[in-house]
Amino acid sequence: MSATALRIALVGNPNCGKTALFNLLTGGRQKVANYAGVTIERKEGRFTTPSGRVLQILDLPGTYSFDANSPDEQITRDVLEGNYPGEAAPDLIVCVADATNLRLHLRFVLEVKRLGRPVVLALNMMDAARRRGIVIDVPELQRRLGIPVVETVAVKRGGAAALVERVDGDMPVAAAASLDDGPSRANLHVQVRELLAATVSMPRQTAELDDALDRWALHPVFGLLILGVVMFLVFQAVYAAGKPMTDLIGDGFGWLGDHAAASLPVGPIKSLVVDGLFGGIGTVIGFLPEILVLFFFILLLEESGYLPRAAFLLDRLMMSVGLTGRSFIPLLSSFACAIPGIMGTRSIQDPRDRLATILVAPLMTCSARLPVYALLIGAFIPMHHVLGIFNLQGLVLFALYAAGILGAMAVGWVIKRIHRDKSEHALLMELPSYRMPKPRDIAIGLWERASIFLKRLTGVILALTIIMWAISTFPGPPAGATGPAIDYSIAGYMGHYLQYIFAPLGFNWQISLSLIPAFAARETAVAALATVYAVGGDSDTVGLAHALAANFSVASALSLMVWFAFAPQCMSTLAVIRRETHSWRNVAISFGYMFVVAYVASLLTYQIARLFA
Amino acid sequence: MRLSDLPKGAPAVVDRVDDAHAADPIAQRLRDLGFVDGEPVRVVAIGPVGADPLLIQIGSTRFALRRTEAARVTVRQEAA
Repeated sequence: MSATALRIALVGNPNCGKTALFNLLTGGRQKVANYAGVTIERKEGRFTTPSGRVLQILDLPGTYSFDANSPDEQITRDVLEGNYPGEAAPDLIVCVADATNLRLHLRFVLEVKRLGRPVVLALNMMDAARRRGIVIDVPELQRRLGIPVVETVAVKRGGAAALVERVDGDMPVAAAASLDDGPSRANLHVQVRELLAATVSMPRQTAELDDALDRWALHPVFGLLILGVVMFLVFQAVYAAGKPMTDLIGDGFGWLGDHAAASLPVGPIKSLVVDGLFGGIGTVIGFLPEILVLFFFILLLEESGYLPRAAFLLDRLMMSVGLTGRSFIPLLSSFACAIPGIMGTRSIQDPRDRLATILVAPLMTCSARLPVYALLIGAFIPMHHVLGIFNLQGLVLFALYAAGILGAMAVGWVIKRIHRDKSEHALLMELPSYRMPKPRDIAIGLWERASIFLKRLTGVILALTIIMWAISTFPGPPAGATGPAIDYSIAGYMGHYLQYIFAPLGFNWQISLSLIPAFAARETAVAALATVYAVGGDSDTVGLAHALAANFSVASALSLMVWFAFAPQCMSTLAVIRRETHSWRNVAISFGYMFVVAYVASLLTYQIARLFA
Repeated sequence: MRLSDLPKGAPAVVDRVDDAHAADPIAQRLRDLGFVDGEPVRVVAIGPVGADPLLIQIGSTRFALRRTEAARVTVRQEAA
């Protein structure tokens, strides 16, 4: 047993099951960070072998080749060669290859081997390969490659046993580097062909199941129909499954607040705890179930292999509005949060497509807007059924999501028209085999995303909730004042001032006020409104909804929802845009266009809705 | 003939990938992904809008290529 941990790097082509293998080895014990200066995820985990050896496992971004025009591939190569500043070269490279797709994956194995570092090849998805009747002569492959080869099944408990045994034993010797730069690229393919001919027999090139599913999923008519139905069901499910849990959490926090209140003396501290902390945070945490339901479906679509199919179907459509099929995945992530969405645009190699995707990503309705929508819909849209099956609240939610998408299409189209660069931009996207999503991978993904949301919640939202409470409590009303106390506070003054700008949109000063913390994080608008209106009533969601319904019109509510559909995104998103594009100009463009679009759209909504009211 | 002109389902073999312009990264990526001389290819699906993109089967892998990308690949249809 060595004193220091053995450093292992996992590499492989995209879709080789590398991340599933990483999850299997490390379980929940993962640390996700970013490489300095860039936003490529650095995932690291620990694992202790049966003999007590500690392994430090690094999951590197998926790569097709080292020719690398993308930053992910550059980083992968630098880390493997030990050229990445602050990152020691790994003691061992585990190159993961999909056993059902060796023709593609072996080429990268050969490239990795040429680095001249210790390499183990993990033939992953061996279960799927066997099911399809693929026979691999592992000893022969090992002999010809000159590196150890182990079989793994990343989706099965104990599926990495052979790999663990291998790294627990002696370190494999480094494969010899080809100093003369070895075979040319075309020769790598020749080598792969020879290896395949000697070691692999495949009864059929593709899985029959994939062919059958793709006949429907990629069908020009049924494919689009299926996509539409999938998206619609996801959004209905977010509302139907998330809502009851949300109510439960709201009640729970109300109960906690009451109990805390009973043990505290009357005064500002009691007011801070009950109205500020339990009221504000309870309201926002209450929306976590809805957000998790959405994350769950995105993960499910991602893991099953359906997302690239959707990208295939939509590529032409996206291209006509200046985007690419690849934009679909970052844009879909942006429905959860624009930050991972914008970070995900790194998979778009083309700078112009990437910038266009970054600029429109915040128009996708992120989960932070969901609390605001849910609150307003709950308060102003009657709960009845349309055509017997659809609930009107769900339809309004769907319409708000659709507004974001249509807005994004319009903006993409405009960007395309005014952009000078009219050259060609590639799609080149692999459609992986369909896979049954594994509960472990879904659970880990869900946990990762939920903890990011909760970290933001506890930090930013807690601070803002307290600030909001303070500015809406102090200074207290003068003796003999008749209006509500908050009218005399700092918040009251700020809200009244902002109202001059927002009055044409139908916003009263309380709404105008809530837009200040909303800029820090949109979901805090709910907490802010809860604090502002807590003066006379309950601080749970239902109580807040009643307070809102009593205090402003349906036209104002619609206008506010439209505002949130288009308004300049949160500070964190702007910071990510700055970091991803290294340009304040892009931040200014992003903020500016969204403010104008939101203002005009809300103005129209309010004025038109008033005519019908 | 060009891969972009290959009828759906018709078996063919890659002949070569041409650079559309000097140091064409798209052509290089295609070669890295296995579009090299002698590799069997097939068009398995066609995008719903404007018959674009194409889904190309090469070996056991399926790649979505836009028509302009597929046009870089020259294929020969081998008489069965």
